[in-house]
Amino acid sequence: MSMVPEVGTTDTVAVAATTVTEVPVGRKIEGRSPWRLAYERLRADRAAKIAFGTIILIVLLAVFAPLFASAVGHGPNQQFIDIGENANGGPVPPSGTFWFGTDSNGRDLFIRVLYGAQISLVVGVLATGISVALGVLFGLTAGYLGGIVDSIIARMIDVMLSIPFLLLAISIAYISHPSEWLVILIVGVLSFTYLARIVRGQVISLKAKEYVEAARALGAGPWRIMFIDLLPNVMAQVIVYASLLIPLAIVSEASLSFLSVGVPPPTADWGAMIADSSSYFQYGYWWYLFFPALALLITTLAFNIFGDSVRDAFDPRGGGLFV
Amino acid sequence: MTVNPVPAPASDDPDVLLRVENLVKYFPVTSRRLFQEKMYVHAVDGVSLEVRRGETFGIVGETGSGKSTLARCVARLYDITSGRVVFDGHDISRISQRRMRPLRREIQMIFQDPIGSLNPRRRVGSIIGDPFAIHGIAAGSERKRRVQELMERVGLNPEHYNRFPAEFSGGQRQRIGVARALAFRPKLIICDEPVSALDVSIQAQVINLLADLQAEFGLTYIFIAHDLSVVRHVSNTVGVMYLGQLTEIAPAEELFTRPRHPYTGALLSAVPIPDPEASDEREQIILVGDVPSPITPPSGCRFHPRCPKAVPVCVSEQPPLEPRFGDGPGHTAACHRPMELGENLADFRPSIDEAERIIESGAMLLDGAFPGATGGAGSLSAPREGDRT
Repeated sequence: MSMVPEVGTTDTVAVAATTVTEVPVGRKIEGRSPWRLAYERLRADRAAKIAFGTIILIVLLAVFAPLFASAVGHGPNQQFIDIGENANGGPVPPSGTFWFGTDSNGRDLFIRVLYGAQISLVVGVLATGISVALGVLFGLTAGYLGGIVDSIIARMIDVMLSIPFLLLAISIAYISHPSEWLVILIVGVLSFTYLARIVRGQVISLKAKEYVEAARALGAGPWRIMFIDLLPNVMAQVIVYASLLIPLAIVSEASLSFLSVGVPPPTADWGAMIADSSSYFQYGYWWYLFFPALALLITTLAFNIFGDSVRDAFDPRGGGLFV
Repeated sequence: MTVNPVPAPASDDPDVLLRVENLVKYFPVTSRRLFQEKMYVHAVDGVSLEVRRGETFGIVGETGSGKSTLARCVARLYDITSGRVVFDGHDISRISQRRMRPLRREIQMIFQDPIGSLNPRRRVGSIIGDPFAIHGIAAGSERKRRVQELMERVGLNPEHYNRFPAEFSGGQRQRIGVARALAFRPKLIICDEPVSALDVSIQAQVINLLADLQAEFGLTYIFIAHDLSVVRHVSNTVGVMYLGQLTEIAPAEELFTRPRHPYTGALLSAVPIPDPEASDEREQIILVGDVPSPITPPSGCRFHPRCPKAVPVCVSEQPPLEPRFGDGPGHTAACHRPMELGENLADFRPSIDEAERIIESGAMLLDGAFPGATGGAGSLSAPREGDRT
């Protein structure tokens, strides 16, 4: 946006007696938004930078997994019965051909771990997206409208919170046809409750502010107040919580797959790989468990550390949200 | 501008922009106990007033006297418990928020807290542009041009369009609030303590700005404050509020020179005088006790437990708001024993103990069974008589 230069830059506005700061003509005056301040604090945080670099690396590895597969010449579901299995039909240890060894079906574990990252990231991000959308919507309406709407939403959340997550997820997955999308839906829908509560609490304290009254005095309707006036003010908490929700969603997805109600085989998935490998671990096939577990650990750790830093950046006074 | 408020006009006077009739606003007190009787805060309890076009109607009162609630009821930010608010010929006391929307352009508010009344996460340009955005007027560069015009008009640098409220000083932020309220050239602007959060030097600037705008656009103000000197400076007519009711309404100068209600007298005596000798000579009236709870307001005249002139009739009967001692119809006071010119309230012995005793037997009193309330007035009367005609 370019400024209109003819207004009050050279001759200071004479109304009343404000001290208007003289600004060189042509220089754009732009305030630093609270977002920008948070971003700058985040940039100064070393742990955040390392964690973010790790996340970028994981994303790149996941995106370019097909490239690695074609470079190595091993497909994610390609079985190497001749060289990928030992004499007993078990997995072979890491070598020049199979960097992470192979799994019980003679497939390249390295390639499968890379493809597994795709599933984990997609589920993590999309499930968090669903959860944020629902959490913000229900939190805002419950908090701002109050009354009967609030009561209904609050009771609904109470009910959802009182049902054990895994039990419900397993039952839903069991009666439906398991697929990647179902997992995303289950994880997303079942994890919006905490976010809705956080948003609702924030909105209840914010709606007493005079700027909300000012908006009402101007004739703004409830939807405008909720999404234009209130949402930007709860966005910091939403982003902080969302950044911590991603690793949670990744772990939830892995858990469901571990319990074989998640992403169906033969799709490469960390949770499923860990489940398959658990019966081989005691016979010395350590790599089969080690690499998927390590991948899961690094991914969730990176997201968690990054989420922590995001929280610190948005709330420099520390504590506050989860303490 | 009507500098000299003339006699109270007839109800259909086109000169009256806002008429409030017997306005009542109760807030329920939320109680956790199940079978407890429902209780209410009597925030505004039967207020009637008229605001004439182009004038400034000042409202003064202590914290908790219901000034801000009254303002928000007039602006229909609150629903009204009972009574009527007639704005520019429209009865707006019962209409829905949706039907209120077009009228919102004509009634605007300026808020007390220059920090809290501006959304901290939005740029100043979009805050001042809000009225245009909400009512779908002037989009894009046209909106920006009008916003910058407004900013210039209230003495802000239009180049600061993209800044956030936190980057402005208190006075500048209040100017942002003024610009936002001014966007549609409203007929009525309700200023809810617009300067009480500002430094004294900045107060003058904002008050002068408001006065300039009033002269330029013919605005009508309802100006709420607890600073009497500010109210005296800006207002044509002043209403004094106590515990949700108006105790006295008068032309500004008359109220400050010839107060009728003892509460007004006590308030005025608390205004500091910038002359040590005059200040020493003057006797300050220190009111006894605290403001009673608005949940269970005192019977009769609400000021009676603290009034030095209280007599039993003040406890039993609510005094009407009407002219006293031959005042013009523009000067009304709700008092059974109004003050005469030059009368010193400090000379009266506070009959607070007697009054309190009366409250304790309040149940009887309400039934009219209390002996002192009707027949035995003499035994309770204040030491000095002769101020009632």
